[in-house]
Amino acid sequence: MKKTIRPLFIILVLVFLYAPILLLILYSFTDATTIGAIRGFSLHNYVTLFTTEELRQMILGTLWLAIVSAILAVLLGTFGAIGSFYSSKKINIFMSSLNQVPVINADVVTGFSICILLVEVFGIDKNTFIPLVAGHTLLCAPFVYLSVMPKLKQMDPYLYEAALDLGATPFKALNRIVIPQISSGIISGFALAITLSLDDYFIATYTKPSTFDTISTYVVNATKGAQTTIKTALWALCAVIFVIVVLVVTVSNLRTMRNSRKERAGI
Amino acid sequence: MKQTTEKIIELNNITKTYASGITAVSDFNLYVQKGEFVTLLGPSGCGKTTTLRMIAGFELPTEGEILLNGKNISTLPPYERPVNTVFQRYALFPHMNIFENIAFGLRQKKMASGIISKKVKHVLDLVDLEGFEGRSVNTLSGGQQQRVAIARALVNEPEILLLDEPLGALDLKMRKEMQLELKEMHERLGITFIYVTHDQEEALTMSDIIVVMNEGKIQQIGRPEDIYNEPKNVFVADFIGDSNLFNGIMTDHLKVRFCGGTFDCVDDIEKGTHITAVVRPEDVIITNPDEGTIWGRVDSVIFKGIHYEITVICGKNEVVIQSVNAPKVGEFVGLQVDPDNIHIMATGDSTNYFMADIRPDFRLEFNGKHLDTSVTAIISGSSRREDGMLVNSLGDAIDPARTKIMIGIHPKDITMTDQIEEGLIDGYISNLVYKGDHYSYVIHTEIGQDFVVDDEYLWNMNDHVGLIMPVEKMTFKLK
Amino acid sequence: MQIFKLSRKSLGIPYGIFLILFVVLPLLVLFYFAFTNGQGHFTLANLSDFFTDPNTLGTLFYSFAVALVTTALCLLLAYPAAYFLATSSLKQKEVLLLLFIMPMWINFSLRITALKEILTVIEGNLARYPFANAVVGMTYDFLPFMILPIYNTISRLDPSLIEAAKDLGANERHAFLKVTLPLSMPGVISGIAMVFLPAMTNYVVLDMLYNSTYIMGSLIGSYFSAYNWHGGSMIALILLAIIILFTILTGTDQDDRASGTGGALL
Repeated sequence: MKKTIRPLFIILVLVFLYAPILLLILYSFTDATTIGAIRGFSLHNYVTLFTTEELRQMILGTLWLAIVSAILAVLLGTFGAIGSFYSSKKINIFMSSLNQVPVINADVVTGFSICILLVEVFGIDKNTFIPLVAGHTLLCAPFVYLSVMPKLKQMDPYLYEAALDLGATPFKALNRIVIPQISSGIISGFALAITLSLDDYFIATYTKPSTFDTISTYVVNATKGAQTTIKTALWALCAVIFVIVVLVVTVSNLRTMRNSRKERAGI
Repeated sequence: MKQTTEKIIELNNITKTYASGITAVSDFNLYVQKGEFVTLLGPSGCGKTTTLRMIAGFELPTEGEILLNGKNISTLPPYERPVNTVFQRYALFPHMNIFENIAFGLRQKKMASGIISKKVKHVLDLVDLEGFEGRSVNTLSGGQQQRVAIARALVNEPEILLLDEPLGALDLKMRKEMQLELKEMHERLGITFIYVTHDQEEALTMSDIIVVMNEGKIQQIGRPEDIYNEPKNVFVADFIGDSNLFNGIMTDHLKVRFCGGTFDCVDDIEKGTHITAVVRPEDVIITNPDEGTIWGRVDSVIFKGIHYEITVICGKNEVVIQSVNAPKVGEFVGLQVDPDNIHIMATGDSTNYFMADIRPDFRLEFNGKHLDTSVTAIISGSSRREDGMLVNSLGDAIDPARTKIMIGIHPKDITMTDQIEEGLIDGYISNLVYKGDHYSYVIHTEIGQDFVVDDEYLWNMNDHVGLIMPVEKMTFKLK
Repeated sequence: MQIFKLSRKSLGIPYGIFLILFVVLPLLVLFYFAFTNGQGHFTLANLSDFFTDPNTLGTLFYSFAVALVTTALCLLLAYPAAYFLATSSLKQKEVLLLLFIMPMWINFSLRITALKEILTVIEGNLARYPFANAVVGMTYDFLPFMILPIYNTISRLDPSLIEAAKDLGANERHAFLKVTLPLSMPGVISGIAMVFLPAMTNYVVLDMLYNSTYIMGSLIGSYFSAYNWHGGSMIALILLAIIILFTILTGTDQDDRASGTGGALL
């Protein structure tokens, strides 16, 4: 009995996590407006999703925001980590502690405080997107810093010196030696930044222009509204995102598996 | 090997003090001639690596100047210096293959790719790694990585090749092979090598010139043979090779007394000078008791493969001997040393040193008499644990039965007395020298240890005297 | 003096300025607003209002209750799941672990929408069980954040420790209670930190599930909607104090979140 309890428990937790999503995806292919009532097969949700201008704007806007703030976060966080790592212990501790604040802070507090600083105190218009991008960069950059820092610590400290010794200028040594060495940290920091930005609700709510919506803010408002066409079109969006996530996970996992197998083979 | 007398690099009055206040190198003066193989040798923390890093440009000297071919390069960044380094752990770029690693320096000089390939192939041949261009760094063994690191530095045709303990990470067999290979490479290429190591054997095998360093200061500069045979001070004598060190005194012209015997020697040092005698273990000859200059009982014999290592106790002195013939433990033997093989260093300091035991009650004992002090009083921070063990300030236990205390006392702090039993030890005056305002006496004691005593008054040769040594004048060192 | 080292250090300057501008400055502004009134005069009214108003105190209590029950439920589901997974003999358990983490990459609002649809079918009217819905919703949202750190700690445990315990006479149950459980506590604590704090503030989950009771985060939202910066700043500061206190008590930083989510993907 003990043997069966273990997989059973794991399966139950997975069912809890996936049943709602999978049901929603299933119903996204019907013309039903609520779950439960089985009606006919239909792709109208997908048609709405890809043809409604409002939805398209919202999705593209979310993606743009994620990409722009992730790039800014990667630049700031990576160079911040490099600078902090090679600085004196005091500066290193100072920066790492400040870096920790947005990480442990509640997003509500971060969003609210950015909003009053930029909008109330500095008088920056939310329509300029500056508060929103700044807020998302603040959300993401600390995590880039945190994923780059361990790579810097693992790196052989003499590699940089060896490059200088062989005639590379500090800039080239950084570019050709240090950056490639910490690239895995930068890439995972970037991926993390993208997911954090895509998933954010609170910072966007407090800093976004009133006419702009991210997927999160849009969906939250839509669930309160009564417009069923839009509501069920969002089910289709859920299905699309689910498929993309599964694809990305599978591809990247296959790649790492292949790489580790290669390594084991010693090629 | 072609050798000119041209100075390629000069380090003048170099001092390196870190922000933390630690001085790693102080007042360092050295010049290296073109084509030489110079080794900086010393224990870890002696400043040898810091010196190398200042030559490479990774550290800037706090004071002094570094001249390369007469030009001051002290503040030049490493990428503008025509010197290259072989790092201790190789520092090969793991994301580049062997070819790219070696080509790195040439690419910085914007060389044409045809020339780069040719040069890379050439150095790979040089280090016996033909055809390794496409391999990745982590598929190579330690020895192969070492060769790549050397090739990567050599391909830039540096004026000086700096090697920072390059063989430290290799196993013994590999290390021996690489030593010879490096030496051979040096002779073939004619490039100046500056090599850093803590391994004295490595330094003696490979170098033209050895610079022995300790605590940031140069102790001796010289050819390996000179360093080995004529060490300038106790540190060098002790650090290079195994050696027996004895305190003694010049008793006559070319006569030296140590270890309870008077030896002939070749060093002409003024009579009455306090000296340290260095005798290499392989230079001590074991004889019949009646043929020896000194005598002792064999304490231990250990087989070391090529020879035996024999310890003979002569009075209070321990003499280590290397010999192909092994006496029996407990056997009574005579010891002799050829005059040529006694190396004598005049000591500025004529302090008498002797070893005391620790009694179970933690008081010190010497010559069967106890001293009016205990171990806890003389080792700072130590205390007695409840179980009777002694604990030092770091909390490590000290076993009194296995620990000895080295006591130092200056000749002027010892008083001679006719009342033999009042002295800590007694003996016969075997030598006396007038030193202007006082006499310097050598007292030969029963236990074979000689004491030097300064006194204003004249005593007679062969007087039997007791030596009074006040505890408050002694210095103590844990052995 | 050391020109070429300086250039590496100076790379951190932009981020340093960024942190001062967007971390230090907002905190100072929060302090300023929290302790002033509309006329810019110093006041403690915002602070005393919070601790005297039964509504806000009720909100604080309700937040704690939601967070506590959510954390307990997450732990109850996550620990066995993580333990079974980490100790299973499956070859592809990393793939299985990915299944637990994957929901993190699907937008939470869409996941909560899905949950809402299901709960509507099960309960008929969501308004009937507001507290239960809040807890289920948050558990659904935060469960992966609890599983990941626990799994990581357990899977990194040296298996010879368990063998040693058994060698010394402990049975399966004892080995678990005396060795695995205590040694997995760092993972549990970091999981708790990652669930408890968001559960106090993430009011949008409640919103979406038609639970109109306020939690701490909702207060900020309501002050924000009312343009009451002073009251909002005070709530933000109080929340920040709770977060800092909690972080010090649990002694965790959320590095797991960084290493976990990013690391699992790549």
